[in-house]
Amino acid sequence: MFAETLFLGASLIAIVASVGMLVSRSPVRSALWLILTLIVIAGLYLTLQADFIAVIQVLVYAGAIMVLFLFVIMLLNLGEMPDLERVDFKKGVGFVLGVAVLTLLTYIGTTAALDFPASSSDPATTGTATAIAKSLFTQYALPFEMIGILLLLATIGAVMLAKRTFE
Amino acid sequence: MMEIPLSWYLSLSGVLFSIGVMGVLFRSNLIVILMSVELMLNAVNLTLVAFSQYLGDVSGQILVIFVMSVAAAEAAIGLALVIAIFRNKLTVDINNINLFKH
Amino acid sequence: MNLQLLVVLIVGLPLVGALVNGLIPLFYAPARQWKTLIGAVGSLVVMVPFALALYLFSQGTGGLPDVAALYTWMAVGDFSVSVAYRVDELSLIMTLIVTGVGGLIHVYATGYMADDRSFWKFFAYLNLFIFMMLNLVLANNLLLLFLGWEGVGLCSWLLIGFWYDKRKNSAAASKAFIVNRVGDFAFLLAMFIVVRDVGSLDFDAVLAGTAGMSAEAVTMVVLLLFIGATGKSAQIPLFIWLPDAMAGPTPVSALIHAATMVTSGLYLLARMSPMVLMAPDIMVLIAIIGAVTALVAATIALTRSDIKQVLAYSTVSQLGFMFMAAGVGAFFVAIFHVLTHAFFKACLFLGSGSVIHGMHHVEHELRHRGYDGAFDSQDMRLMGGLREFMPVTRWTYLLSTLAIAGIPLTAGFFSKDEILFKAFEYGYDGQLYAWLAWAIGLGTALLTAFYMTRSYMLTFEGSGRWPMPDQVHPHESPRSMTLPLIVLAGLAMVGGFIGLPKVAEKLGFSNWIHGYLAGHAGHAGPVAEPELHAHVPVGLEIALILAGSLIAIGGVVWAWRFYGRYELGGDELVQGRFGRLYRWWKVGYGFNELYDRTVVRPVISSAEKLFAPFDQRIVDGLVNAVARVMQAFGWLFARLQTGVVQNYALAIVLGVVLVMLLLVF
Repeated sequence: MFAETLFLGASLIAIVASVGMLVSRSPVRSALWLILTLIVIAGLYLTLQADFIAVIQVLVYAGAIMVLFLFVIMLLNLGEMPDLERVDFKKGVGFVLGVAVLTLLTYIGTTAALDFPASSSDPATTGTATAIAKSLFTQYALPFEMIGILLLLATIGAVMLAKRTFE
Repeated sequence: MMEIPLSWYLSLSGVLFSIGVMGVLFRSNLIVILMSVELMLNAVNLTLVAFSQYLGDVSGQILVIFVMSVAAAEAAIGLALVIAIFRNKLTVDINNINLFKH
Repeated sequence: MNLQLLVVLIVGLPLVGALVNGLIPLFYAPARQWKTLIGAVGSLVVMVPFALALYLFSQGTGGLPDVAALYTWMAVGDFSVSVAYRVDELSLIMTLIVTGVGGLIHVYATGYMADDRSFWKFFAYLNLFIFMMLNLVLANNLLLLFLGWEGVGLCSWLLIGFWYDKRKNSAAASKAFIVNRVGDFAFLLAMFIVVRDVGSLDFDAVLAGTAGMSAEAVTMVVLLLFIGATGKSAQIPLFIWLPDAMAGPTPVSALIHAATMVTSGLYLLARMSPMVLMAPDIMVLIAIIGAVTALVAATIALTRSDIKQVLAYSTVSQLGFMFMAAGVGAFFVAIFHVLTHAFFKACLFLGSGSVIHGMHHVEHELRHRGYDGAFDSQDMRLMGGLREFMPVTRWTYLLSTLAIAGIPLTAGFFSKDEILFKAFEYGYDGQLYAWLAWAIGLGTALLTAFYMTRSYMLTFEGSGRWPMPDQVHPHESPRSMTLPLIVLAGLAMVGGFIGLPKVAEKLGFSNWIHGYLAGHAGHAGPVAEPELHAHVPVGLEIALILAGSLIAIGGVVWAWRFYGRYELGGDELVQGRFGRLYRWWKVGYGFNELYDRTVVRPVISSAEKLFAPFDQRIVDGLVNAVARVMQAFGWLFARLQTGVVQNYALAIVLGVVLVMLLLVF
């Protein structure tokens, strides 16, 4: 009962925060709303007993990536933008499509996943750093290295892009 | 053990994903669009972790780590692009950026 | 060495040569100037196969054809065609002619074409021709033969139109190609019938399956094959392309339009000889067409003043002799004449090339000295007296002239005499049409001696008739050109001894080529022969040989004295003697005019009246309509390309929704 309440509360905050991100006129506020969402999602990971991922979520997303976003927003010194004011055909179509995605995903989520066989292993052991590290450095060692290279390339690319001036 | 049904997580993930989609479709600020993409990625991550825990298979969480790395790379490149475009056009309004047309 | 490898080398090397000579200079322009290298490669890839063919020849075939099957070309249901090469006596002889004479002509061409800017292209084409010709003669089935048949047609087209910047040349090339299409179409039809009735195109299977075919089908196939042969081998009614084909460079005329390609029709008939013998009606047609062609072409040759035209009509005439031989069932003699003809006619053509080369020099000098009148370096009326300036060319040309005239003991004597004798023998055996052919052939032999001696006399004897003959004169051609002349003239002298007349058997000699091709005791050759019931008495045969010799000698001596005395005036005397007939000869019996009236002009005018509007309105209209539809769609889709990223995102999401709907429901 407690867990359900916790989940529902967290979900509510996440949804409200992400809608907040969606409707805020100032990008800084959007970013802050998003950070709240991400932190709540980290909490949801905890309810799933995926401790390691929860920590990484806070560190990488809420920490690193969102700081980068805020940094850029402030660097560009963006003011408030007139958002969601004009309702035109495009936005209408977008809304219909968004609702369609929502409906379909919810439908799939509530109907499709119900008949999984129950896992024998303890979820608490699956989500530990030990388990993840074991798998990451043995079975997934090669993709792990590739991800390293990808990040390096992204760093170089970002530097090049930001440095270059367009004539 | 797992008191909350899996479908709850999946539904929440679906809701967050849809909000992300709408963000991409509605907002005209490039940076906010990038943030919406991040939200969509997070929604997917939530699904992956939920499945991983319910099935007792750690691969899902490995995948989440990869998704996060890619998201970090994407954010870095995306924001660098935003800066480059801003330098050039002095705007991050996507309606004023239609380089594809030229 | 194993056969497979040898055959691959023989057939493949010319192709390699064609690719090397064609592709490297095409993509690397400086290589076009490496003429020594190109000439050496071009000649070697023909000479090495000649050496290999000689090796095969020396090994002997042991009586059975060796088949080198490389791979299956196509297999459809029960029907399959392999790329397989057949080495037997017939194909070996043809391979030796093609590569041997071909090699000499390649060497000659290194000298003749030395100043041409498309030297590389010439050798690429020439090598490709040799490759195609080898496919033709070595093929083990009709389809591969047909591939070579079309391939040599293509190369002929490329080479006739080699100097394509003159409209006349490309027109001649197209004429050759189009006229050949008629024959090729017949060939295709013949193959269809064979496939229908026999189910295979392999020579062994076809010849074995002939027994099971109805007489009408056999007659039809042989007729169609013969029509195909009249196209390629320039017989009435399709001979009109060959004289025009002289527009090509002279080595081409020597190689393709004298020694090799035009003989492929004979090769085809010889290859299918067992089948041909089963269609006696068509044999009558073949013999008569051959004889008439020989006569017609010989009379036209008498009136020509262009040295290459004379040789071209002479080639048509000699091919007529060969068909005459085929028509009386003497296929081995036809091949024998192909062989000797390759020697002396190649030599004559190359000699004429050497003369033209010299006359080009004269023209060049004349222009240099300010002469600005018309000058045709191939016109015999402007030649004369060249014997002083071009001794090697003169002697080789003279020897070849004697050979083609049939002066005793030269190569042409043996083969031509054998043709006439075989015709007589077949007539003696009861096939009276052969006597008709024989009589025409005898008359043509006299004409041949006469007109060939005429061409020699007008070119080399007398005094120079070009402008300023005392200041300007031609010079002998380089050694690369005279050497092949000497070799070919030598062969034209001695080449006939491989086919001694029957009477020599009494002296203990045998007719080697007869035994080789048609088989001898205990082993059957690839070429069939009719069974004869009556035999010509020895005395009569000797009389025939004497008559043939006398005709040849008489013709040569007559022309020699006639043109020796009157030079150019001789032509006028002949014209005065024959009057209307001569005019008839002069216009080539009106064949060109006839085709022009009945085929070319109706086609063109109906095209103008009927198809030009059709083309403009409907064909062009359709094409334009398609373009307009494309334009409309382009305009429509351009509306969608707003360049606004969000619209694209919208489209993506729409796609996602649709895919999800598909997955869910």
